[in-house]
Amino acid sequence: MAIESQAIKRPAPFAAGVVGAAGGFLGIFVGASNGSVLLGILVGFVLAAAAAFVAMQVLDEGMERPFKWGLLGLITVGGVLLGGLPGLILGAIFGWLFGWFIYWVGMGRYRVPLPPYLTAGQVLWHYSFRMLCGVIFVFLITPILVVMPLSFNAQDFFTFTPEMLAFDPAGYSLKHYKDFFTSTEWQGALRNSLIIAPLATILSVSFGTLAAIGLSSEHVPFRRAIMAILISPMIVPLIISAAGMYFFYSRIGLQGTLLGVVLAHAALGIPFVIITVTATLVGFDRSLTRAAANMGADPVTTFFRVQMPLILPGVISGGLFAFITSFDEVVVVIFVGSANQQTLPWQMFTGLREQISPTILAVATILVGISICLLTVVEMLRRRSERLRGMSPG
Amino acid sequence: MSTLKGSGPQTFDGPTPDDALHEAAALQGRDTEPRHGKGKAAPMLAADGTPLKKSLRRALRAQKMRALLLIAPLLIFILVAFIAPIVDMLFRSVENEIVADTMPRTVVALRDYDADSGEVPGDAVFEAAYYDVFIAAERKLHTRLGTRLNYEQTGVSSLFRKSGRGLDDIGEVYQDQFKDLDGDWDKARPWAELMGDPEWIADQEAWDKDKDGSMPRFRLAEGISDLLPRTAEHYRIFARFAQVEEGDSPLKEEPWTAVHTALYQDLAEVDVSSYTGPGAERLKAADALVASPGFKTVNFKEAFAEIDRGWTEPAIWQTIRLYSPKYTSGYFLNAVDMEKTVDGIGMRDENERIYGLLFKRTMFMSLVITGSCILLGYPIAYLLSNLPVRTANLLMILVLLPFWTSLLVRTSAWKIMLQQQGVINDTLVWLGLVADDARLVMINNQLGTIIAMTHILLPFMILPMYSVMSTIPPYYVRAAKSLGATNWTTFWRVYFPQSVPGIGAGSILVFILAIGYYITPAIVGGTTGTFISNRIAYHISSSLNWGLAAALGTILLAAVLILYWAYDRIVGIDNVKLGG
Repeated sequence: MAIESQAIKRPAPFAAGVVGAAGGFLGIFVGASNGSVLLGILVGFVLAAAAAFVAMQVLDEGMERPFKWGLLGLITVGGVLLGGLPGLILGAIFGWLFGWFIYWVGMGRYRVPLPPYLTAGQVLWHYSFRMLCGVIFVFLITPILVVMPLSFNAQDFFTFTPEMLAFDPAGYSLKHYKDFFTSTEWQGALRNSLIIAPLATILSVSFGTLAAIGLSSEHVPFRRAIMAILISPMIVPLIISAAGMYFFYSRIGLQGTLLGVVLAHAALGIPFVIITVTATLVGFDRSLTRAAANMGADPVTTFFRVQMPLILPGVISGGLFAFITSFDEVVVVIFVGSANQQTLPWQMFTGLREQISPTILAVATILVGISICLLTVVEMLRRRSERLRGMSPG
Repeated sequence: MSTLKGSGPQTFDGPTPDDALHEAAALQGRDTEPRHGKGKAAPMLAADGTPLKKSLRRALRAQKMRALLLIAPLLIFILVAFIAPIVDMLFRSVENEIVADTMPRTVVALRDYDADSGEVPGDAVFEAAYYDVFIAAERKLHTRLGTRLNYEQTGVSSLFRKSGRGLDDIGEVYQDQFKDLDGDWDKARPWAELMGDPEWIADQEAWDKDKDGSMPRFRLAEGISDLLPRTAEHYRIFARFAQVEEGDSPLKEEPWTAVHTALYQDLAEVDVSSYTGPGAERLKAADALVASPGFKTVNFKEAFAEIDRGWTEPAIWQTIRLYSPKYTSGYFLNAVDMEKTVDGIGMRDENERIYGLLFKRTMFMSLVITGSCILLGYPIAYLLSNLPVRTANLLMILVLLPFWTSLLVRTSAWKIMLQQQGVINDTLVWLGLVADDARLVMINNQLGTIIAMTHILLPFMILPMYSVMSTIPPYYVRAAKSLGATNWTTFWRVYFPQSVPGIGAGSILVFILAIGYYITPAIVGGTTGTFISNRIAYHISSSLNWGLAAALGTILLAAVLILYWAYDRIVGIDNVKLGG
């Protein structure tokens, strides 16, 4: 049993210093938006340090809850005075944050989740590292989060308008969504995407699953070479695939046809199907097919009644990968397709290059919604198959 | 969160024919070993009486066949839909048939031309060029050839375009004189009767567009090509062109002026007095006209010079000669900023070298992107692999969501955030950290491309790193610490070396993806942040220099394949992991 770390109350000047530094950091921004950075740092430091000192030194421990509420109220009021409605929300957030932070530092609660033998430096490093990772996560997720509120912009701007920042309902509207659902161009593009992607998915899943089953049997001559060829569409840069397909498909008359685009997208989706299905087949217990054969099932029955239900999660996630590959693909469709095969990403690409309208943002938000759904399905399938694999022998 | 592992070594509980085969061989080997003078033991038999070894081998072969049959449809599909286009592109990067196909006579005539002499070639070359360009102009191919040669020498394109129109003048001089002599020389029917086989004329007359399908193929009259070789050749070309390309009957179409030129050339050389076929009188009269002193002739070389002085400079002839072979390294040389000149292969002028710069920039930026992905991805992968599974799964969503989000959504998000009136600049201005008139330029340059692509490729770095790091046992680190190593030493000497395979796998993957990127640089890269792929796209869709696009693509492909090979050696292709 590990020794639990205890939260030990820290000296008040320590808490005041740390919280004051945080206050000073926040003061940079508040000060900058109100005219003077230096003043902001100073005031921030003094206020935060004073609050921490009061909480730690003057008040006794039972006063934690009232103090936190009081601080939240004070900072919120300050925020309203400085910045109106946005200030209110930011103030409330920071008020809560500071209340929590003062007690977290002052009472030594930061020690609790860590082993007791760590030195102060190690504790500092631990939390700095967490902060760093937090920043990177913010970097990863912010672009996606920024797009969503902007898509409700009432203006044709690609940035937040003052009305939006003031949370004025007039600053928001659904007009970009209305644009998307009424414009014939966008609807045509959506329809094309919804025709091409499923067709390509069906092609790559049916060929890919068969081949993956073949590849997973152990006596395959040239297995490595075959695998290299089948995975190559994923590795070869898209622009090269696109160029090659453009030249070749115009020679054989497929350029600018729906069939050409579907074939091209199916080829691009195949590596994903191969990878996911072979991964699923690793955990497949082969004695099941032998048992089925033993009991008189022909290979087709064995495949559909025994093998397929077990590898289905892998096949479906492979299919979803293939679907999203085709649904997202721009480069190849631009070259292989013609205006009649204009897909959603193509339309977005032209929109972005020519800066036509923020309808793109509405489309982007819808696409993010779709990818969240797909991600959820794939994760659920993956966990299910892991659970099944964990239970089945071999 | 464990990963989807590739099909690594497979485990089989049951016996397979292969195992049995080895076993049988071993058994038999022991049995057949002549020991103590014993005789050879009988081979083991299967249930149906065939030797066990044979029957097992048959079973193994059947299994192999079945596996291959399952793979075959996909393999064929990929070979046709994907590999064939790539091979076609490779072929296009060296293919150069257009010069020899469009100007066959000129290419032959130029064979004896000494390109180093600095002189304009002789009349024979100009004569050949006249017929070649004339026919090419009728087929509307001369501008294509001009465009092709323009890649090698600027100005050729307009030269060919002008000449296509201007060369008619030469033939018209002869046409007019023959026409003045006898109006039949400008009529379709008399020409066809003079040149065509009578049987063919009968066939062609009987031909009905709606009933018979394609026209009867034009045939020359017997002996006419011995008598009037040039005229026969060019009339035949004209007739076939009219039939096939335009669907017109040569009986109703008057021939090109080039045929009149050919007729003049023939009549000036041969004697037609023995000719007795149709139109003999007309031909003899024309012969007399040509022999008469008042007959106007045109010198080919002068006519060309009149159309454009460019034809009298040796450069154009040198270029045609240099690019006459069916295969050329010209595109590749061009792709590495070199060119073929009369003196051999040399670098282009300093101000024309762009591809070397582009390749270097692509490499450099890909390296920077890979580097920043390592820097940002390593802490995340470390954190995820050291957190409790539940928390790690939750945080993993933050990595997987960008991975699953459409590339265009992420690119457009970055465009919105980075532009001068964008979210980041607005925030900075609002905070007062940046003056309103000094907004940061973060887009349409290298910085924009690097930021956006690092974000887009980061999941490809984190996922392989994570899957390697989550297999590193924690007790090495603990052991190192308990032996007195400092934090840094523990990390650097114990943990880091074990995580290097993950860094390697992620880096190669990110680098491969980065050097071929097209969409993101095209949108946020401006002019200084574009990659070689953007140039390839430009050559395919705007400048239409497909050969150069193919050559650039081939070089890029070679680089990627080397990396792919390295990836295969280090990680194994079938260990590529997707998601989680």
